[in-house]
Amino acid sequence: MPDKKQDLIDQNLQDLNDDGVDRRGFLKCMAWAGTGLVWTMSGGIPVSQAFAKNSDKNDHKNAGKGADFTFVQISDSHIGFNKPANPDVTATLQTAINKINAMPHKPDFIIHTGDLSQLSKPGEFDTLDQVLKGASAKQIYFVPGEHDMLSDNGEQFLQRYGKGTKGSGWYSFDQKGVHFVGLVNVANLKAGGMGSLGHEQLEWLEDDLRGRSASTPIVLFAHIPLWTIYPEWGWGTDDSEQALSYVKRFGSVTVLNGHIHQIMQKVEGKVSFHTAMSTAFPQPAPGTAPSAGPMKVPADQLQQVLGITDVNYLVSGRSLAVVDSPLGAGAPATANAGATGVM
Amino acid sequence: MSKNNIWIASVAAPVMIMVLLLFAGSRNVKAADQPAAANAEVKIDNFVFGPQTITVPAGTTVTWTNHDDIPHTVVSTDGIFKSKVRDTDEKFSYKFDKAGTYSYFCSVHPKMTGKVVVQ
Repeated sequence: MPDKKQDLIDQNLQDLNDDGVDRRGFLKCMAWAGTGLVWTMSGGIPVSQAFAKNSDKNDHKNAGKGADFTFVQISDSHIGFNKPANPDVTATLQTAINKINAMPHKPDFIIHTGDLSQLSKPGEFDTLDQVLKGASAKQIYFVPGEHDMLSDNGEQFLQRYGKGTKGSGWYSFDQKGVHFVGLVNVANLKAGGMGSLGHEQLEWLEDDLRGRSASTPIVLFAHIPLWTIYPEWGWGTDDSEQALSYVKRFGSVTVLNGHIHQIMQKVEGKVSFHTAMSTAFPQPAPGTAPSAGPMKVPADQLQQVLGITDVNYLVSGRSLAVVDSPLGAGAPATANAGATGVM
Repeated sequence: MSKNNIWIASVAAPVMIMVLLLFAGSRNVKAADQPAAANAEVKIDNFVFGPQTITVPAGTTVTWTNHDDIPHTVVSTDGIFKSKVRDTDEKFSYKFDKAGTYSYFCSVHPKMTGKVVVQ
């Protein structure tokens, strides 16, 4: 990662989080981790920890300690992709699953935020299923990415991963007082637009949240970011503002997305946004390449961007910068600017 | 001008005229039998259709080729044509018989848009 970018992220995190955590060390961990993210719900506040393949056991000894429950987010496994920089995306997904299984505190479930497959082929989904079968967490929640909706408008995805869901695959569930909502913003995309939730889903969401106590922690997850990161590359959701208006009254809202194959985060009041890395291949930072296509890195660097470099620093029992805002009086408005504007 | 040159000119000139007539004739025949059997290419590179607007005579077959490492589609905004998902180096062709402006996009990456103007 270029130093300039790291400095910017560093600065952003510093703005967001004044808890004394060594942000340089933390950032390093975030930047090179990448196979998945552990989320720990503690008193309704999600706390995330990045993890990497060769990390020291001590890194994880406190993971999940004192937590009400934990879950892991993985994203963008793109099974079927076989080009540079990663000719074997099945193996890197397996690495992520191995890491999840090695966690001392077993996560209660896994959330996959889409792009399970590269081309929505049955064989790709089969391979994914085989790898995920080995996960210690048996409950896995999915939302589709645009790569899972090719050819058949997502019918196969729905049959395999969306039983009992509404519309193109949206649903909600509760886990120990936390309300989770899986949203689909990759269906029926319109020319010139970005991600889209659509009227029907928005109505459902409003209805789903109605009557819930404002103290209920809310976790929204969808494939394409529900905040505008880089419209030139379609990295945003056209009607996300409306969705977010429905969660404004809640005290703790966490939004988890994939799609952009890199970590980005921002806080807006009590809403914290976070994108996950891919288990398959990295994508360039917004505007740093001619397009959002796979970032090609030399073979000896792939392991770094996919997270198997040794990591010696992890925040244990402390909040991730992005989720710090709901604890306090809300994030300073200036803290939000960096993630989108400058990188 | 020497004798030889005159001889060459006297032979070459009719031959050249005949050749020219032949070409002209074949063009005429071709134009009459298969009007404007033209082809045009659109390349998909870096999530962009190039050229973004292509102007062609009616009857042109336009072929799109995906040069990206990521799959794309070519989908008419008005539902007139729709490709299957096109992975790296895969092509999609459509013949435009009627004049008009045809807008299209990639349904996977809807920021990618293009136009075919048929004259």
